[in-house]
Amino acid sequence: MNWLFHLGRYWIFIKEMMTKPEKFSIYWRQLVRELDNFGYGSLGIVALTSVFMGAVITIQTVYNLVNPLVPLSAVGIVARDSIILEFSPTMMSLVLAGKIGSSIASEIGTMRVTEQIDALEIMGINASAYLVLPKVVAAILIFPFVVSISMFLGVFGGWFAGTMAGVISSAEFIRGIQDSFVPFNITFAMIKTLTFAYIITTVSAYHGYHTEGGALEVGQSSTNAVVYSSILILVFDYILTQLILT
Amino acid sequence: MIELKSISKSFNGRVILNNVSTTFEKGHINLVIGGSGSGKTVMMKCMVGLVDVDGGELWYDGKIFSGLDKKERKPFRQEIGMVFQGGALFDSLTVEQNIMFPLNMFTKMSLEEKLDRVNFCLNRVNLVNVNKLSPSELSGGMKKRVAIARAIAPNPSYLFCDEPNSGLDPRTSIVIDNLIKEITEEFNITTIVNTHDMNSVLEIGDKILYLHRGEKWWEGTVDDILRTDNKELNEFIFASKLAKNVKNI
Repeated sequence: MNWLFHLGRYWIFIKEMMTKPEKFSIYWRQLVRELDNFGYGSLGIVALTSVFMGAVITIQTVYNLVNPLVPLSAVGIVARDSIILEFSPTMMSLVLAGKIGSSIASEIGTMRVTEQIDALEIMGINASAYLVLPKVVAAILIFPFVVSISMFLGVFGGWFAGTMAGVISSAEFIRGIQDSFVPFNITFAMIKTLTFAYIITTVSAYHGYHTEGGALEVGQSSTNAVVYSSILILVFDYILTQLILT
Repeated sequence: MIELKSISKSFNGRVILNNVSTTFEKGHINLVIGGSGSGKTVMMKCMVGLVDVDGGELWYDGKIFSGLDKKERKPFRQEIGMVFQGGALFDSLTVEQNIMFPLNMFTKMSLEEKLDRVNFCLNRVNLVNVNKLSPSELSGGMKKRVAIARAIAPNPSYLFCDEPNSGLDPRTSIVIDNLIKEITEEFNITTIVNTHDMNSVLEIGDKILYLHRGEKWWEGTVDDILRTDNKELNEFIFASKLAKNVKNI
């Protein structure tokens, strides 16, 4: 029944977070800081992961494409759809759960164990709203851009690796990525991205906010934040795919 | 003035505070002493509303505080300043931003007015040229002083200090004690200090409350404490050989 306790406490936490800010200008400043942190701060890892991901998808697809009746341009279609539908929104969210989720949990957890959150509460500030709401809003605003960049770089990585390795020509790959394009796939990817952004920030903040103890427990909260965010991302990936694509 | 009327608190069936009643007067330093686990910190957390009491009432200057929800407590909270054991300064902010934080949140002061107030508070705690430093660049004593400056910045009516001398050398401890005393008298605030530093008890205590196993065991003044025949209190206060010799003199 432990999960029921956490579920109840999570909803109370979310309810407290969703309150009117004490002062918009302070929250705005926090929001800008988080936008920079989540967006600009994540670009390096996102770019690196996306390029290699696209490269591997392309080469593996060529390797598995043994039927001579299937045109080689299908590699472009497979790479594009895999990247747009699954790899960029889901895999990037898992990467960001590791990077941003652990950072949120350890930041808030450290503030909890060093009584900084108590200090906020004593001043009459809604600590969960002040600390978490700007992070949630920032993630929801910036993740779609990050994932869009990942999509572009993933396809670029696929094209680059495929043509450099000589397994597919540039013209065939480009023909493939332009063929049978379904714009709704982008909408679906964005729905998933927004859901995962919310999961990563709220679950990680929840674990950080309810840290008890000292440095060891902050580390545990950070680990739990990444583990539970990742599990929930995979569960909701399946639920959303089942709900929207079938 | 803060009044505690028969407050009780338990955690998982373990009684931490049992039927504690007392009054903390305005313009005085009220010390709460007791061994580790005696309930001092829980009592302070109950008084500031970080922990809700199970029974009894808390009154701030004739207005009930216990039983109020977060929203109703907000006006009280803006009258409360607290100095935490570790300072609880915000790591991501500079000293100046830390002190300015409550002013940014709850006042409509201009930037110049806020900076004046920050500098006034820093001067008051005898710190200069530290405005742009981050908390990690400060010594333990400086952190405590910045925490005091932040606590007094919004002109609170009530100041709570949880073991302000812990981890400080004796000389710095006396500086902090005297600072708290001066501020209390200067701004006529109700100050409550949790401590087990006997120097503080003898140096600045106007009123002393001794907690033992979650109960009010003794209360009185510094003069009373030197003459008390309360066994537990004597064992606590005069635990060392030196202290016992001093008492006998």
